[in-house]
Amino acid sequence: LNMPLSTQSQTDDEFYVFVATLDNARNLSNLLKAIAFKDHAIFTATPNGLKVTVEDSKCMQANAFIQADIFQEFTIKDDLVGFQVNLTVLLDCLNIFGGSTVPGVSTALRMCYVGYGYPLTLFLEEGGVVTVCKINTQEPEEPIDFEFCSSNVTNKVILQSESLKDAFSELDMTSEVLQITMSPAQPYFRLSTFGNSGNAHYDYPKDSDMMELFQCTKTQTNRYKMSLLKPSTKALALSCKVSVRTDNRGFLSLQYLVRNDDGQICFVEYYCCPDEEGEEE
Amino acid sequence: MDCVVTGGNVKVLAKAVHSLSRIGDELYVEPQEDGLALRSVNSSRSAYACFLFSPQVLKFCVCTNSTKQHKLSVQSVFRSLATLEKTVEKCHIKLDEQKSRLTFTLHCKHGLVKTHNLSFQDSESLQAVFDKDSSANIFRAQPRLLVDTVVHFPPSLEEITLSVSDDRMWFKNHVEEDAEPSKAMLTELCLSSDEFDHFSVQTQNSITFCLKELRGLLLFAESTGLPISIHFDEPGSPVVLSVTDSVLDGNFVLATLSDENNTHKRNSRSCTQPLPPPDDFMNDDMDSYLIAMDTSIVPEPSVTASAPLARAESSKHSSVNHRTQQHSEDENETDETDHTAGPPNKKFCSLFFGSVLPPPSQMSTQPITTQEVLASDSEEETQLE
Repeated sequence: LNMPLSTQSQTDDEFYVFVATLDNARNLSNLLKAIAFKDHAIFTATPNGLKVTVEDSKCMQANAFIQADIFQEFTIKDDLVGFQVNLTVLLDCLNIFGGSTVPGVSTALRMCYVGYGYPLTLFLEEGGVVTVCKINTQEPEEPIDFEFCSSNVTNKVILQSESLKDAFSELDMTSEVLQITMSPAQPYFRLSTFGNSGNAHYDYPKDSDMMELFQCTKTQTNRYKMSLLKPSTKALALSCKVSVRTDNRGFLSLQYLVRNDDGQICFVEYYCCPDEEGEEE
Repeated sequence: MDCVVTGGNVKVLAKAVHSLSRIGDELYVEPQEDGLALRSVNSSRSAYACFLFSPQVLKFCVCTNSTKQHKLSVQSVFRSLATLEKTVEKCHIKLDEQKSRLTFTLHCKHGLVKTHNLSFQDSESLQAVFDKDSSANIFRAQPRLLVDTVVHFPPSLEEITLSVSDDRMWFKNHVEEDAEPSKAMLTELCLSSDEFDHFSVQTQNSITFCLKELRGLLLFAESTGLPISIHFDEPGSPVVLSVTDSVLDGNFVLATLSDENNTHKRNSRSCTQPLPPPDDFMNDDMDSYLIAMDTSIVPEPSVTASAPLARAESSKHSSVNHRTQQHSEDENETDETDHTAGPPNKKFCSLFFGSVLPPPSQMSTQPITTQEVLASDSEEETQLE
């Protein structure tokens, strides 16, 4: 399947600082879709793998991590290669053959980058047809550092995504905020909305069979803007497990464990600032 | 009120709420001695629906003797029907009059507890008065028959015409009189009387009513497998669609157009009903016709014999020109209900809710808690329209 791609680009390989190939482009596009709530995506490649970052309003950040071993080939000549592209355009290119979900039919991808000032080149092949896409790169912005470190984590739960999907699919969107309460005592883990028709609470007991891990040390109640959290529903839908953590400042980290078509594990992570207005009230 | 609904009954309750939400955005909840009544009315008051759940459904029901009725928006509780069926094990409904809130607690699988605290407004009793048992034409059919019939009509179709003869029933799409005949598509289906469980026709005629509400009831009837009864008299008086089993009673009362293609009917109508008042709309045949229909149901209270058999009252909405009233009362509320106030409803406007009280002998099916009758101002209504 990879033959046309490798023969075509073999001679150019030495020019590229970054080359990555995937037998199934959907393993990349699915993850990128889960964070595609803004156009600008910062790509950071290191020998460990590829990190794609999207931010909203300096209050929320989503990262998709694709480890190097997910790729059939992952060559990087520097310790760190960074560029920024339009994510919508990239997704359109990755689905240029229609993004068929028929088993056995997949688009092969070879992604190459010469370096600063050059476009990101995609070679896409399906059924012997090759498409070459060049996407202009932009000056990479510095992603916000949310300074979320595990030593400052106050509360942490790991849930099977199944149970949260249900709650997120029926969240009252007339509520401006989603309030998350985590506590070593009741209600343990609670999601609350305050909408036009009234308020709603979703309580997860700590001994629920959906709760894989429950490590709460202190009662914390924080509000997060619904508009910022809503995009994370896409990652939730893909994932099989989710880790919800809050640190001592009330910052929220949502880590989604996603299994791709080939059963490999990738991660999508969301950071979100607490809603200050809610705290003042 | 404090009650618990378990197992499959939660699904029935949720389906009932869903089919009521097809009618109006707001749900009227009234705990009664004989169970729990859930009602809904559309913004133009041309469609009304009520489900009465018996105490057997609501285990451990402690109903206070409150005559109050509570109006609230409840869809959020049962938003996701698909997951509800799979996950909810028990539903606990509690009414807290002091805090002015109704609490739905859904106990789901894996120990997940969903609590919805809904604020509500007190309202007077909303009740349509109708006597389905004395209807001239009464039918009963399995939901499948009607579902299979309605499926042939496009989702965009607003009104449907139902005609009956001694042994047949026809369904056809209602085409506006001003629609260009060459462009209109007519769909007609004929059902034989032996497809029905019960088929009794005293007067052969046709009625036209909104399809949306019928679809809402069909959703409920199909999922619960309950046969649907259809009761109606004549064009212009409401059609009653009902489902009943031992523990619940559901009635949908829909206004029908007095408009008909049958010229005989039209002639007879013009004899018995007052002419439309002079109005700008006189230029438009259809509209003036409809105004005639509107005004015809609000003559002096003494003309009870020709009045339709249904009526609703509430302190807020008892007047015919309720829409204007709502504007002054609560702007938000009107915003919410506006999208349901589509043009088709307008035509049926206040068909039976503005009408006068029927003679006592006809008020058999529903107990009346409030008896006030507010004579409507028909002239004002036509001007406002």
